[in-house]
Amino acid sequence: MKTKVYNKQAFIALQSILVKEITRYFRIWIQTLLPPAITMTLYFVIFGQLIGSRVGLMEGVSYMEYITPGIIMMSVITNSYSNVASSFYSAKFQRNVEELLVAPVPTLFILLGYVFGGVSRGMITGVIVTLVASQFVELQINNWAIVCFVVILTSMMFATAGLVNAVFAKSFDDISIIPTFVLTPLTYLGGVFYSIKMLPEFWQNVSLANPVLYMVNAFRYGFLGVSDIPIENAIALIIFFIVGLFSIAYYLLAKGIGIRS
Amino acid sequence: MKNKAIAISDLKKTYSNGFEALKGISFEVAEGDFIALLGPNGAGKSTTIGVICSLVNKTAGSVSVFGHSIDQHLEAAKRCIGLVPQEFNFSQFETCQQIVVNQAGYYGVPRHIALERAEVVLKQLDLWDKKDSQARMLSGGMKRRLMIARALMHEPKILILDEPTAGVDIEIRRTMWTFLRELNEQGTTIVLTTHYLEEAEQLCRNIAIIDHGTIVENTSMKDLLSRLDIETFILDVDSVPNELPKLENVEYRIRDESTIEIDVPKEKALNQVFESLTEKGIRVLSMRNKSNRLEELFVQLTERAQVVDREQKNEN
Repeated sequence: MKTKVYNKQAFIALQSILVKEITRYFRIWIQTLLPPAITMTLYFVIFGQLIGSRVGLMEGVSYMEYITPGIIMMSVITNSYSNVASSFYSAKFQRNVEELLVAPVPTLFILLGYVFGGVSRGMITGVIVTLVASQFVELQINNWAIVCFVVILTSMMFATAGLVNAVFAKSFDDISIIPTFVLTPLTYLGGVFYSIKMLPEFWQNVSLANPVLYMVNAFRYGFLGVSDIPIENAIALIIFFIVGLFSIAYYLLAKGIGIRS
Repeated sequence: MKNKAIAISDLKKTYSNGFEALKGISFEVAEGDFIALLGPNGAGKSTTIGVICSLVNKTAGSVSVFGHSIDQHLEAAKRCIGLVPQEFNFSQFETCQQIVVNQAGYYGVPRHIALERAEVVLKQLDLWDKKDSQARMLSGGMKRRLMIARALMHEPKILILDEPTAGVDIEIRRTMWTFLRELNEQGTTIVLTTHYLEEAEQLCRNIAIIDHGTIVENTSMKDLLSRLDIETFILDVDSVPNELPKLENVEYRIRDESTIEIDVPKEKALNQVFESLTEKGIRVLSMRNKSNRLEELFVQLTERAQVVDREQKNEN
């Protein structure tokens, strides 16, 4: 098998894409970094304090503590996805993706540049939401390694999915359809606010088809040590999705679908 | 011929809607050349440039840049090219410096070197005082210059400019001409497409005319202009007489009460024309070419190509 060796110049190109991406979302921080902080504060106040105080314990912890990992994961998923979807689509729309296409940047590095850009925003919003959460609840970490591993992999997965969405998008509407009609329902039904054990058996089985459920539960396991799903299954599923989406995204970029005539 | 900067052979492009933009064009550009690629709108100029720069996937044929085939050694070919596209395609919200430094990064230029080059290039193009301004705040002329600056950041061996002076005022256009001439003198091969034929005539040594996806002419500017056997002049006169002079092979036409138009064959001395006018008591106040010489040839060549195209369609 022929192995491609990438030179130092390819890594400089990767660094440049990353710098451009990070500069972009910091430039518009009011649209990108502030909203998760405000939205999640509202979640903590309403679901955590007001309603949560009447719910009682969940899996041996307060309701507020129970929903915190899911809420952090929700903002990581949304921000990783939307960062790449909107950035790559804007680059297509304004045609500045041509800056990359005319340059000798390997396809893999264009893909990694955008995905790492999305992951970086996902991580920053994750930290912001965690800091907000720490104002309402005393956070405990059961397993740091799982917390970091799951959040980075999930962020990578959704950042890659955002790129696939942007490649096919023909208008700005097309990059909001998936987050609104697919991502949001999957997240809300992905066990952020409840345990699937609370559902009738039929709906428990239906919920197992929701990939977000696995990510939220794996992340919750990292915090609280409790999960509706075996942690190995959750990590395997995330890796499976990353490999699948990454292959699709690479193929689309290499073929120039949606970006070359 | 010197080393080939660009070699294109039997290049074809058919878009997904069935439009045949390139019907098998072949031409070469020598290293150090300054060549104009001309043609009417939709002729295939931008498609050709798109294929060379890998923005457009070709249907058939081969393209190589300084010996690097875009099929086998695309990255090496890309390193040789700097592209100034027709439309503004930078992020409008980035600053001039960010745009050029990031572009250098895509070509593998380390950031500290890119920052040094950015200063040189932005100063050359008179944009240094705008380095921290967002691109959207620049005037049209500045945006055009920014695109040239961006294309030069990796020090390409060949610069391809797709209508670089469109919508730019005369003063800036002439400044850009001087800049491009100097760049060419320093060894950069330049391919220019433009609708300003005066620009092509002023700057370029060679010319390729493309129409309906085929090359209808590919020669030196000097050779092409030498084919023009009649020149038309417009004379502003103090008054137009009732009877115009008669001179063999020269045609006089009255345009209005103070303007005469004359067609003069190349071999005819203008002294004879003036003598004939003086004999009739006509005082010439000023004189100018009716149109750019290249423009006349361009129209002739592209009209001829359209006739051939129509005939071929009728035969089919």
